[in-house]
Amino acid sequence: MLKLEGITTFYGTIQALKNISIKVGAGDIVTIIGANGAGKTTLLKTVSGVIQSAGGAVWYQGTNIVHFSAAKIVSMGISQVPEGRQLFSHLTVLDNLHLGAYLYHNRKFKDEIEEKLDWIFTLFPILRKRAKQLAGTMSGGEQQMVAIARALMSRPKLLLLDEPSMGLAPLFVHEIFKVIRRLNDQGTTILLVEQNARAALQIARYGYVLETGTVALEGLSQELLADKKVRQAYLGK
Amino acid sequence: MDLQSQIVQYLVTGLTLGSIYAMVGLGFTIIYNATGIINLAQGEFVMFGGLIMVFLTATLRIPMFLAFFITLALVTVIGIIYERVFINPLKQTSLITLIIVTVAVSIFFRGIAMFIWGKNPYSLPPFSSGKPIMFAGAAILPQIFWVLGLSLLTVILMNLFFNRTITGKAMSACAGNRLAASLMGINVSKMILLSFALSATLGAIAGASITPIALMEYDRGPLLALKGFCAAVLGGLGLGTGAVVAGFIIGIIESFSAGFISSGFKDAIALIILILVLFIKPSGIFGSEEVGKVKQF
Repeated sequence: MLKLEGITTFYGTIQALKNISIKVGAGDIVTIIGANGAGKTTLLKTVSGVIQSAGGAVWYQGTNIVHFSAAKIVSMGISQVPEGRQLFSHLTVLDNLHLGAYLYHNRKFKDEIEEKLDWIFTLFPILRKRAKQLAGTMSGGEQQMVAIARALMSRPKLLLLDEPSMGLAPLFVHEIFKVIRRLNDQGTTILLVEQNARAALQIARYGYVLETGTVALEGLSQELLADKKVRQAYLGK
Repeated sequence: MDLQSQIVQYLVTGLTLGSIYAMVGLGFTIIYNATGIINLAQGEFVMFGGLIMVFLTATLRIPMFLAFFITLALVTVIGIIYERVFINPLKQTSLITLIIVTVAVSIFFRGIAMFIWGKNPYSLPPFSSGKPIMFAGAAILPQIFWVLGLSLLTVILMNLFFNRTITGKAMSACAGNRLAASLMGINVSKMILLSFALSATLGAIAGASITPIALMEYDRGPLLALKGFCAAVLGGLGLGTGAVVAGFIIGIIESFSAGFISSGFKDAIALIILILVLFIKPSGIFGSEEVGKVKQF
């Protein structure tokens, strides 16, 4: 579904990604783990078109989207949940969700948007109660739910998640990961970037370890969980 | 004139002034909501609105009605050029720098206007002829109804745009969080351009409609911007309705203090009220503290 070939991206003058190649199959959950500054966020932003890559190709369903605009990429079914949630904090939860559907938000799709909202509220029941609340006034866990829900409103086939567990209480992390698994069961392909390597590898089928802008290691999640180097560097054993 | 007719007269003058401040305040709010920028050249849109209207009707002899719409179009184009030339290229700049750029632009615009029209004030015939209407002992110029009507119409349309349409919400999303806005597929650069265009149109409506009553000259902008800014802040920065109500309040207070105290103090009184309100309630009369917490200014 998604294939990165030799992606090289600069962040300012720093070469944040060096010749990265990764693959995500349709219906798969793939994770990218790595320390702070390894280039994980830059990688996702390159895919979603927020940052322009200096070289390489991003193949999505047979098309090279590397030079497409962010808006075009969203409309093709790739949606990113950005790091740190990045909600429209001065707008209500409901407004945030509607803006997720911005690209097809017109009368013709009114029913579809209502259906989507209903589905979101079954996925995150708390958001129905909080619909009229300003997004910026909610707890971190609830905000993360809004961020994921907002991304889902754009009808993604591929969901990019950037550190959804960051700064959350363990209970919320569990909750969020449960939802990610459920989304995947319902057919959404997931590319998950995480510092919480254990949680990420437990949910993913395949994983990549990113170190200073290059893929240091890749393999099935069970293999990575058992790998001595991974255990020492990322699982604290 | 007895006291009652005096009060009515001051009230009408206050409403007229207030509707102009409301429109300028709303102009501030629109650009602020899309970008976080306080556009201190907002008053110059009003000035251009008035002077271009004068040029079209007095010099080119274009009929009033047509000239009004050409004025709106021209000032909107000025707003668009302004954004593309001075704001858009400065993508990675801090808000404070951008606000200082708007001060520079306002000086630049005033320079251009002085070059074209000179320093003298210009007048304009009223939109519709007719004698002043006598009401409760006060004389009300027909033009006042134009000013009030046009500003009310604009305010209602703007409110609908921002609260009921997805484009309006997308515009305020751009100010809230640019990264997230572009991840939703919103074209941030286009939204900012639209906000400057809308804001310029508002200024032009205010300028063209007030000139028959209040005259217009090249350096009217800064004081109008100041009053409009007061309205925007008093109303709770970012709230369109708040800015409009606060604009009317400032206009009425100004008119009454000019009438009953001294016309020399009328500008000072608006500013004193601004300071007092901000002491007591920094988020403005209508601003909620909750919203204030998540704002940059």
